[in-house]
Amino acid sequence: MTHGKTIRVGDLASARSGDKGNHANIGVVAKDEDAYGVLCSRLTAVRVQTHFQELGVTRVERYELPKVLALNFVLYDALGGGASRSLRIDTQGKLLGTSLLDLTFHANAWEDNDQ
Amino acid sequence: MKTIRIANGAGFLGDWLDAPRRLVARARVDYLTIEHLAELTMSILARQREKDPGTGYAEDFLDILRSLTPALKAQPQLKIVANSGGMNPQACASAAGKILSEAGLGDIAIGCVAGDDLLPRMSELIAQGCEFTNLDTGERLAGTPQGADAPRSPMGAVRSSAPKSEIRNPKSEIVSANAYLGARPIADALTAGARIVITGRVADASLTVGPAMHEFGWRWDDWDKLAAASVAGHLIECGAQVTGGYSVDWQDYELADVGYPIAELTDDGGVVITKPEGTGGAVTRRTVAEQLVYEIGDPRHYLTPDVDCDFTAVEVEDKGSDRVRVAGSTGRPATDTYKVSLAYRDGWMASGMLLVYGSDCREKAEACGQIILKRCELAGYPLAHTNVELLGFGGGVPGAWFWRKFQTPGELVLRVTAHDPRREAVECFARQFAPLVTSGPAGLAGYATGRPQVRPVFAYWPTLVPKSLVTPQVDVRPAKECFS
Repeated sequence: MTHGKTIRVGDLASARSGDKGNHANIGVVAKDEDAYGVLCSRLTAVRVQTHFQELGVTRVERYELPKVLALNFVLYDALGGGASRSLRIDTQGKLLGTSLLDLTFHANAWEDNDQ
Repeated sequence: MKTIRIANGAGFLGDWLDAPRRLVARARVDYLTIEHLAELTMSILARQREKDPGTGYAEDFLDILRSLTPALKAQPQLKIVANSGGMNPQACASAAGKILSEAGLGDIAIGCVAGDDLLPRMSELIAQGCEFTNLDTGERLAGTPQGADAPRSPMGAVRSSAPKSEIRNPKSEIVSANAYLGARPIADALTAGARIVITGRVADASLTVGPAMHEFGWRWDDWDKLAAASVAGHLIECGAQVTGGYSVDWQDYELADVGYPIAELTDDGGVVITKPEGTGGAVTRRTVAEQLVYEIGDPRHYLTPDVDCDFTAVEVEDKGSDRVRVAGSTGRPATDTYKVSLAYRDGWMASGMLLVYGSDCREKAEACGQIILKRCELAGYPLAHTNVELLGFGGGVPGAWFWRKFQTPGELVLRVTAHDPRREAVECFARQFAPLVTSGPAGLAGYATGRPQVRPVFAYWPTLVPKSLVTPQVDVRPAKECFS
């Protein structure tokens, strides 16, 4: 397999995350329409769930907001009990957005085996 | 066209105390909102009130109000809407009245909004058929007719292995239960002449919607207008998060003197987000879009007590010079329920940290964590829930794969946390950190900060209550008559 260019989500978008009880959300805002298109096709709910697998996420829902070039990911049961009960330092999932920006995929979709 | 300017000077209890004063010194606004209540702030305030009936509100508000008295004198248009009343809006209004009176502002009318506190009414509401089903888990509250024999009541829901005897009457376990009231009582208080409005639990966006409804006289079923004001409220409710704060582009902004946000609303439902001139930070398409999707679920249904907003209809247009136009908001009728934030006691927790130094810091930190937990067992306190984190080695987001490509660092912070129904077990745990300095491996520091604090845990139980069973209360009176 040839190794083409890899794309980091952070090169295409910014992100911000927070809590809703024991669930977390990550808002991903694309830099421009092209970046939004790439994110829509490549940054799937499955890909995000895999990235945060060890947090115990049970389900990821992806919502599209094309008018503001944003995706909203809701990560169910991601916060180890939620703000007051979580034993983790990041009780409110504030770091998840920054972590998602470090996810990379191959520029050519067919090179990604985890799609 | 009539325009009003609504600013936000605090996004949570603990936000920059000087931000409100700096904001009104550099921009002329009609309303300054102060948002002090996160999901669990109410339970913390409830516990304060339990210890001292005169407390239970966000005391930061009093410092903010003191700092604003010169502006209140110099700017007759300036009004303040704050949910800082928390669990005790009357006590907050009373303390605020004293501050204003001492500053020679005793004639300013303070509006106090209450009625959100359901705790004293739980038995009555349960008798009227409220099931208080958990919105996240679908579980029913113990003590309700259907939940009486449910295997997982609030205490049980936490720890399914908990002995049955631990599942106490939820009416004594619940620490707080507050309905998220809407904009209407705020608008009513303003219409009755209040210049300062202090509320208990009110939906964050409603702090902005209330002034808009009062100023523009929109109908309470003009859903698109309510949605426009709610979007504006949602965008400014977290303070500097919409003006460049907490941004991944942090290097592009001067954040030390970040400007807090202002929403300009027009009577046709137009919204522009901006900030005071000459302040740090920025308002751009991206700062606004990031905040639009902050802490939301389904963007097609952003539910507030006032309206069901469709965020996917919202358009954001960067006008330059830190001005972003927000248009297109649409709304549908509000639901017939209020969201309720309920908290119940759930044991005790403590968390301690040590700096672990050396090329073997990773293995050493893991060993220290195990020693701490083993010594609790030796003392007869095996702990119900524990977590060992290696901060500096990917502990912030466990398992996120990109950490694996890094080498072990030369130092890291070990953080160990324990949660247990028994206070004495967590006390025992908290005592196990310092001894490692002489009885653990070499290369530890940071124990001088003292023994980890043992704190009670309040768990969160989101639920609903029919609006018909909750009556918001509004009391408006001059500051000088708010205290005795």
